[in-house]
Amino acid sequence: MSVVKMEIRRGAYFDSVTLMRISADAKKIAGVTAAVVGMGTDYNIDSLKRLGMWTDAAADVTPSDLMLAISADDDKLAAEALVAVDGLLKARQAAKSETGDWLPSTLAGAIKVLPEANVVLISVPGAHAAREARQALEAGLHVMLFSDNVSLEEELALKEFAVGRELLVMGPDCGTAILNGVPLAFANVVRRGTIGVVAASGTGLQEFTSLVHRFGAGISQAIGVGGRDLSDAIGGRMTLLAVRALAADPQTRVLALVSKPPAPQTLEKLLVELKSVGKPVVVYFIGAPADAIRAAGFMPASHLEDAARQASQLALGRDLTSLVDDAALDHAAEGITLHGSYLRGLYSGGTLCDEAQRRLLPVLNVISSNTPISGGKKLTDIHQSEGHTIVDLGDDDFTRGRAHPMIDPTARQERLAREIADPSVGMILLDVVLGYGSHPDMAGELASTIRDAGAARMATGQAPLIAAAICGTEDDPQDFAAQVKTLEAVGVKVFPAHAALCAFAARVMGANR
Amino acid sequence: MIKLNGLFDKKIAVVNIGIPSFAEDLKKQSVPVQHVDWRPPAGGNARMRSLIDKIKKGAKS
Repeated sequence: MSVVKMEIRRGAYFDSVTLMRISADAKKIAGVTAAVVGMGTDYNIDSLKRLGMWTDAAADVTPSDLMLAISADDDKLAAEALVAVDGLLKARQAAKSETGDWLPSTLAGAIKVLPEANVVLISVPGAHAAREARQALEAGLHVMLFSDNVSLEEELALKEFAVGRELLVMGPDCGTAILNGVPLAFANVVRRGTIGVVAASGTGLQEFTSLVHRFGAGISQAIGVGGRDLSDAIGGRMTLLAVRALAADPQTRVLALVSKPPAPQTLEKLLVELKSVGKPVVVYFIGAPADAIRAAGFMPASHLEDAARQASQLALGRDLTSLVDDAALDHAAEGITLHGSYLRGLYSGGTLCDEAQRRLLPVLNVISSNTPISGGKKLTDIHQSEGHTIVDLGDDDFTRGRAHPMIDPTARQERLAREIADPSVGMILLDVVLGYGSHPDMAGELASTIRDAGAARMATGQAPLIAAAICGTEDDPQDFAAQVKTLEAVGVKVFPAHAALCAFAARVMGANR
Repeated sequence: MIKLNGLFDKKIAVVNIGIPSFAEDLKKQSVPVQHVDWRPPAGGNARMRSLIDKIKKGAKS
């Protein structure tokens, strides 16, 4: 018989990542059957109700109040668990000012302490993000807006204001940038060089910059503009500003663009702007026909590795061998017989999920996804695969109330275990994204699931084939070589470029039809 | 010529508002960073917040 204990702390605030970690720790306490430690948002209140933990104490809770709710085997255990959670929260508060120093609670206060500040990285809840960004711009600072749930109107107002002052607004929903060689938020450590890239995609930027590094070239600047910048509503305002800045930057000798195809009017504006850059431009508009780009005088790329290779060739002034090595891939795929009919792709990066669907649709004919490409099928239930399925676990529908799969592997591990155990599954694809912001040992986490969940099918020689693309460099905080070894040790075939993984999967699935 | 206020020639120094680990990662790389101990302004009361903003704007002019 479960007992529910709840505590409400009015006006207490902790960021969502901290609260998710504390909730996860709370669930591990002996005797605890469920735990919700979160701000009083509609989502968290719904969670309480769903778990049967809602009590009258939560009746007038607001999003500015912190809720501590524990469901445990008995009264004593619930009370002890609450004390433990209180301890975790106090420890987090102490860690925030690790040397006991005072922390400013506003941007203005921070600028007094750090007057040379030139970038503000904002990851507060969407409802407040635009206001913080506006204050930063008014203070003359550039903005990286990691937050999502910023309205289109707010985004337009911010970008119009920023462009007028030659300030960057990278975002909303911008997870990756590298400025003056400094990785910001989720970004890889890559060589400094002469390629300037503007991207409306986080993992796309991570894969592009990591591969540029692998090819021996380097990045002058990697500027994220947010997923909506190239819509007609925003008109590519930040993309145009970034392109102009890179055109004028003496360090930058080659430009690259990575995004979904821009809306028609914005595309026209962009092509006109690119013509006056005066430096070679490599353009990867995901899924767009190459002719228009070529006709305008730019170099179209067919996937991220192609974009990185073309840009690197231009930067280094020599030809480079593609990482999609046909002979090596033919050899790797030779003689592989699958023990199930279906392919399942479990991705943490949206652009990579997209790239996999594009590459494999001609081979598989029908692919289901939570984020289907045109010609793909939308999953009826995103938590349940149907036939060939490739999902983006980083999409909002999966991440509501949970940490992103690049930070917290749990959701992907649960899905992976189910796919491995499913006898109709023959092949599984994974992306492993390294760099700052990402989990310290994603390979280890995935390997342990593969080992445990695969034991049964492995014993009867029916294990699914698992292949992964690893995105990162040897300079990243994780140990790149060790991550590869960890995956290979459990039988995973590892590829350094996502395009190579896709080409391998196409061969194997094609041969096993 | 767009120079973004000379950004590309400066040493990047960051104010981090939100997720603490972003600031921790920058510290590990010896990038000057100041974390802000952020909380919703005016205790999350939107009407109060906009009133405060109006007062601040009036004080500036």
